[in-house]
Amino acid sequence: MDLFVNQFKDSYYADDVENLFNDEFDASKEFSLPILELPACENPVEFMKAHDFKFDHGTTTLAFKFHGGVVVCVDSRASSGSYIATHSVKKVIEINPYLLGTMAGGAADCMFWERELAAASKLLANIVYRYKGYGLSMGTMVTGWDKTVNSDGSRLKGDLFSVGSGSLFAYGVLDNGFDYDMSVQDALELGRRSVYHAAHRDSASGGTLNLYHVKESGWDFIGGYDFDDLHWEYQDQPKPRITENVQPMLNIQA
Amino acid sequence: MPDPGSYNGGAVVAMTGKNCVAIASDKRIGIQMQTIGFEFSKVFPVTDKSYVGLPGLATDTQTLYANMYKLREEREIEPRTLSNMIASTLYEKRWGPFFVEPLVAGLDKNNQPFICGMDSIGCSTETCDFVVGGTSQENLYGICENEPEDLFETISQSLLCAVDRDCLAGWGAVVHVITPERVITRTLKARMD
Repeated sequence: MDLFVNQFKDSYYADDVENLFNDEFDASKEFSLPILELPACENPVEFMKAHDFKFDHGTTTLAFKFHGGVVVCVDSRASSGSYIATHSVKKVIEINPYLLGTMAGGAADCMFWERELAAASKLLANIVYRYKGYGLSMGTMVTGWDKTVNSDGSRLKGDLFSVGSGSLFAYGVLDNGFDYDMSVQDALELGRRSVYHAAHRDSASGGTLNLYHVKESGWDFIGGYDFDDLHWEYQDQPKPRITENVQPMLNIQA
Repeated sequence: MPDPGSYNGGAVVAMTGKNCVAIASDKRIGIQMQTIGFEFSKVFPVTDKSYVGLPGLATDTQTLYANMYKLREEREIEPRTLSNMIASTLYEKRWGPFFVEPLVAGLDKNNQPFICGMDSIGCSTETCDFVVGGTSQENLYGICENEPEDLFETISQSLLCAVDRDCLAGWGAVVHVITPERVITRTLKARMD
């Protein structure tokens, strides 16, 4: 137990933020990562497969890059099977004033490993890889001013990501409205709408919506919005005309 | 193979009051965790004073209600008789049951409340306070164990609280309060996530 506590004894936040932008910083030397005890049996992977543990799961998270920075938007529901365990999960982890991490998948897995994520996302990918096959379940996005990385064991870089059971719904809205040169206001609204639509259709997403904007000076928490309030707000708004800027199709009279 | 009982999701609850009964259901229909509709009530009128709730697999909800329509006679059926009829209909399919757990709620000819619930092969249990069914069953049990004073308020709050803790039910609700004079049907605004 002492060994475990000692790992977390020193707060390495403040120093490492400075080191992060220093060329001499070597994450693999600076951090000794916790190694967890595995099931005491011949084949731990098979053991985890055989025991279908019911952990909290299910999410919609989204992050996209545009000229004004990064928008990060997540829901707050934690479900265990079909039971809604809570509606107030913080799925955005504020790593430091410049970095945000998101959680999708196993709530405990994300929470524990992202606490360890004070340095960089590559480190996380290495951790996840070490436990490959043991049933870790996490879909994590790490965003900062100049990097957007999505990692679920593999590590991807891109402009636009959504992770979790509701991600497909979110991608639909996101792809429809995305424009790299959009205004900050539009970008934040797009993030909000995408996750709202996912929460509406995906049973495992819901609760409140948390919205962040990451820019050069660090991240801003924009706000938390109850999905129920959002629903009735959007319900009363006129629907956009989708054919407005589109060539009319052949054989269809307007 | 997914569990047919929770494939589409849903919640139904029936309660008794003084000379009245109420039966309510949510309006969601889904395919496992994906919500595909918001206007799928699981409660149907059989006579003026008898309603049946059919939570479970949506295809069986519809089939069983269609069967009941065919079986209708041109005279009032007592709710107890109705529940017996449904129970024997279900038992006919003892080895290949409909995946529904019907609830019956109504007023008998003396305007006395009657509610009962049954399993998918027709084992019915008559109670004097409340019966619950569907994916929110466990949640409803916890909440309903109160004294019903204002029936509409109690059943509405019970149902809404229960579906707020269930991924597979909610997205609106409908309540029928059956009194000797008339049936009051109200739809409830519920969380839509």
